[in-house]
Amino acid sequence: MADAALPVTRRASRAPKPRKFHTPAARRRRTLSIVLHVAIIAGALAMFFPFLWTVITSITPGANLTNTPALIPANPSLGAYATLFSQLPFGQVVVNSLMLAAITTVVQLFTSSTAAYAFSRLPFRGQNVVFGIYLATMMIPLQVLIVPLFVELKTFSLLDTYLGALLPTFASAFGIFLLRQAINQVPRELDEAATLDGAGHFRIFGQVILPNIRPALATLVVFAFMGSWNSFLWPLIVLRSPELQTLPIALAGLQGQYISQWDVIMAGSVVSILPMLALYVFAQKYVIQGVASSGIK
Amino acid sequence: MTAQTALVDKAPQFAHARPVRDTASGARRLKYLLVVLAFLLPSAIPLVLFVLGPMIAAAWVSLNQWNLLAPMKFVGIDNYVKLLRDPQTGAVFLHTVYYIAGYLPLVYVGGLLLALALNSALKGRSLLRGVYFLPVITSWIVVALVWRWLLSPSNGIVNTVLAWSGIHGPGWWTDPSWSMPSIILASAWKDLGFVMVILLAGLQAIPTDLYDAAKVDGANAWKRFFSVTLPLLSPSTFFVIVISLVNGFQVFDQIYAMTGGGPNGSSESVVAEIYDLTFRYGRAGDASALSWMLFIVILAVTLIQIRGQKRWVTYG
Repeated sequence: MADAALPVTRRASRAPKPRKFHTPAARRRRTLSIVLHVAIIAGALAMFFPFLWTVITSITPGANLTNTPALIPANPSLGAYATLFSQLPFGQVVVNSLMLAAITTVVQLFTSSTAAYAFSRLPFRGQNVVFGIYLATMMIPLQVLIVPLFVELKTFSLLDTYLGALLPTFASAFGIFLLRQAINQVPRELDEAATLDGAGHFRIFGQVILPNIRPALATLVVFAFMGSWNSFLWPLIVLRSPELQTLPIALAGLQGQYISQWDVIMAGSVVSILPMLALYVFAQKYVIQGVASSGIK
Repeated sequence: MTAQTALVDKAPQFAHARPVRDTASGARRLKYLLVVLAFLLPSAIPLVLFVLGPMIAAAWVSLNQWNLLAPMKFVGIDNYVKLLRDPQTGAVFLHTVYYIAGYLPLVYVGGLLLALALNSALKGRSLLRGVYFLPVITSWIVVALVWRWLLSPSNGIVNTVLAWSGIHGPGWWTDPSWSMPSIILASAWKDLGFVMVILLAGLQAIPTDLYDAAKVDGANAWKRFFSVTLPLLSPSTFFVIVISLVNGFQVFDQIYAMTGGGPNGSSESVVAEIYDLTFRYGRAGDASALSWMLFIVILAVTLIQIRGQKRWVTYG
């Protein structure tokens, strides 16, 4: 499949039109192309199936240990969703997650863009060393920090508070790296022109740099939001009261509470996927660009 | 500008800056320094307080015996010695390596095949790419719950379908010898799209004239794949491997939600063990020591890869 994928189709498009499907070689290429399409679409369906199955299960009443839901539910119902929101503080949990994700995103945009500006535009002694330390923090597993962080927040009585959950997410080495790459690509002539107009660094940052790195900022918005929305270990440790919990924790809790009531558990999963999905549909381009650019260098 | 240049320590990087003038006043230099601090502190403060500080504190905790409540008792390197002697440590590292060994080839080969297919002229390419990427944005907990359900031994869809073809499906996450494969499967499903996008970006950066030149030289498709595509894709491959190993050694969320490390501890990873040591057994000192051991392993593995990349990674 690998060799068929690239060169063959490229060659096919270059072949003279009238004879396209008549030579044996062209016919073979066409067959390969069809096989490729079928394989990749079947793959996509297989990748998508778990999502479909989640939705189907969530609207099949009483999907449990003894029955497997049908592909098309006989008596579809939203009962599981009603259970979710009436018997648990699930509405509150969704609001919590949205709020934490929004705050994390705004703060990370601020801390990442300012740091990125410093590393790209403000040369100072030891800059490379400082940047190296920043990058190294990306490699420190959160788990190494669990115990001291826990104690630190306990000392400041920040356990079981939103602030405690938020503080460690305020600076992101990944975000700084991403935005620095973007700022490096903004032509320095723009800064110089602004300097001639009497602008200082703060104005250059706000009026020249930020407007020019909007795509990278959009990428960071999605990643920061996603990171917070999906984060599990740290909120699990900090947020103990049920009314403070975030979606992933509440979901993990559902599993224990509604053992094998798969319709309720899957309804919770659907609720937690939807906001991310909405954001993704709007920002798909930036997400993919962000991932792609992080891999190139 | 002059103050700026005076602070510079590496000339070539800032070659565009003007030469230093003797009139550079201390006041201007100070003002520039304050500007730098204003831009750096918003990120430096949280990083120091919540990453670097705790990191160093963890090193201290690892030298003590501590249950998070009573005062710490200094024990030197005893925690490390104890952990190295404990067969459980070997077991959790082994489980983690098992996870990586199953996960990495699966996502790399799968991601590469997908990237190659999607790199060719294909209708609906961006929609397909979007579908394959969907699991990447889904949280680990959801992925774990969904896969627990798909792989439910009695009535999960996978075993139901297997039963249609007369195969008695395994117990998946309820069976000690299938718990890790279940986690690997779910993880590969989640990350396939991520690897695909990285490799796709790498493929698109390969100049097409290289393929033409290889064709002129009479290289067939296989030859072109092995002598052009793979070598030029090596920087992306390198990135995927480094990231996968760093993340793989830290595998936790999906284990916590899918198996809780069981059954019989068969899927307990290093981080799951750190979590249990801290919050279940109140052995914070041991947990910190294990955390540092893990960090050193990750650092060593990453450095070895960076060292070794010269042998096989081609930067074009």
